[in-house]
Amino acid sequence: MLTVEEIESGTVIDHIRHGKGLRVLEILEIAAEYHSRVALVMNVPSNKMGRKDIVKVEGKLLNEKLMDKIALIAPDATVNLIQNSKVIEKRHVKLHSKLVGVVKCPNPKCITNTENIESVFIVEADKARCAFCERLFKSEELIE
Amino acid sequence: MGGKDLISIRDLAREEIEELFELTDKMDKRLASDSKPLKNAVIATLFFEPSTRTRFSFQSAAARLGADVLSLEDISTTSAAKGETFIDTIRTMDGYCDLIVIRHKLEGSARLAADVAERPVVNAGDGGNQHPTQTLIDLYSIRRFKKRIEKTNVCLVGDLKYARTMRSLLYGLGMFGANVTLVSPKGLEMDKAVISEVKSRFSASVSETNAMDFSDCDVLYVCRIQKERFADPYEAEKVQKEFRITGENLKGAKPEMVILHPLPKIDEIAPEVDASPNARYFEQAKFGVPIRMAVIMKLLGKA
Repeated sequence: MLTVEEIESGTVIDHIRHGKGLRVLEILEIAAEYHSRVALVMNVPSNKMGRKDIVKVEGKLLNEKLMDKIALIAPDATVNLIQNSKVIEKRHVKLHSKLVGVVKCPNPKCITNTENIESVFIVEADKARCAFCERLFKSEELIE
Repeated sequence: MGGKDLISIRDLAREEIEELFELTDKMDKRLASDSKPLKNAVIATLFFEPSTRTRFSFQSAAARLGADVLSLEDISTTSAAKGETFIDTIRTMDGYCDLIVIRHKLEGSARLAADVAERPVVNAGDGGNQHPTQTLIDLYSIRRFKKRIEKTNVCLVGDLKYARTMRSLLYGLGMFGANVTLVSPKGLEMDKAVISEVKSRFSASVSETNAMDFSDCDVLYVCRIQKERFADPYEAEKVQKEFRITGENLKGAKPEMVILHPLPKIDEIAPEVDASPNARYFEQAKFGVPIRMAVIMKLLGKA
């Protein structure tokens, strides 16, 4: 059994589809210079999901845009807010039907990449369509 | 039309298009009428990218209705050349006219213009994305020549991957219940996501082939295969030859089959075909004026 020590204050993201934990760290912009403790546990056995990934990050709270981004690649994820080593809030990520200013349009010819405006995507099942250039992208393509 | 603008064929319902076609029939009958319902209106045609037939047919439509036209044809003569943002250009022009027609190389530009402008905006082509009035002309031509679109066998031939005309047309044909056959060279096939969307949204009949067999075809819609799409010029020439419409490969076709093309055409249709009664693309281009008259009238609340 692999044990990872508790964090005192921060966020635990559970029920990440296996293999997507690293992408979640990228979304959270966790890089080598990050100052606090970070744990990524991959391929954890799960009754519901078969295998799952878990991410624990100390000193980081998630805003709505980060939650939306995580929902794009890990729609089953649960986000636990930890304070004084206790879970004080548990939320399920939810993929909203409209994503405003969450991700950049990958189409280099899309006007949203030239003008100073927020991107808008309309979610269609596991894909999302840019409301400007109308291109349809797999959710994963939207996370750089 | 659903909103105040015409940006994408995806925004239109079948009933709205049918209503627009009825209005187009009326406009076609009154092309040279003395009554000028838009006598005091000003229409801005902002072509940030070159175009001849789309710009001229919009301007002709405006003139036929009695409107004045403000025309941008050369971007180097505007403040955009000094670095003014697209949004600022649109906001300014919005104050000078009653309706904006826009063509721009960036995809989504017309949608953004519509968000920014208070006046109605018509998309006259935003990069590789949409050109809804062209799709309306294509559908209207089929309706005029074949009396109906539903259950008509339509073959789309050529570069179905990059041609924006073809994607939007497939969507429109699906909406109207045509039976569509897609004929394209390997590597230039229609985007699978577009096909599956049209199939699931409209329960449309869409099949793919690379055989130039038009024996069951009622409408043959051709578009150009550009040499630039191929790394090897020999391969490009071979494919262009193989997918060229000639008197020879039309031999088994129905005598009343109609050939359409968005124009300009280069050499994808052999000259001998131009003279055949099947070739209707120049008439199709003429419908650009009444269609655009109908769109302008509708958006300005005059119809």
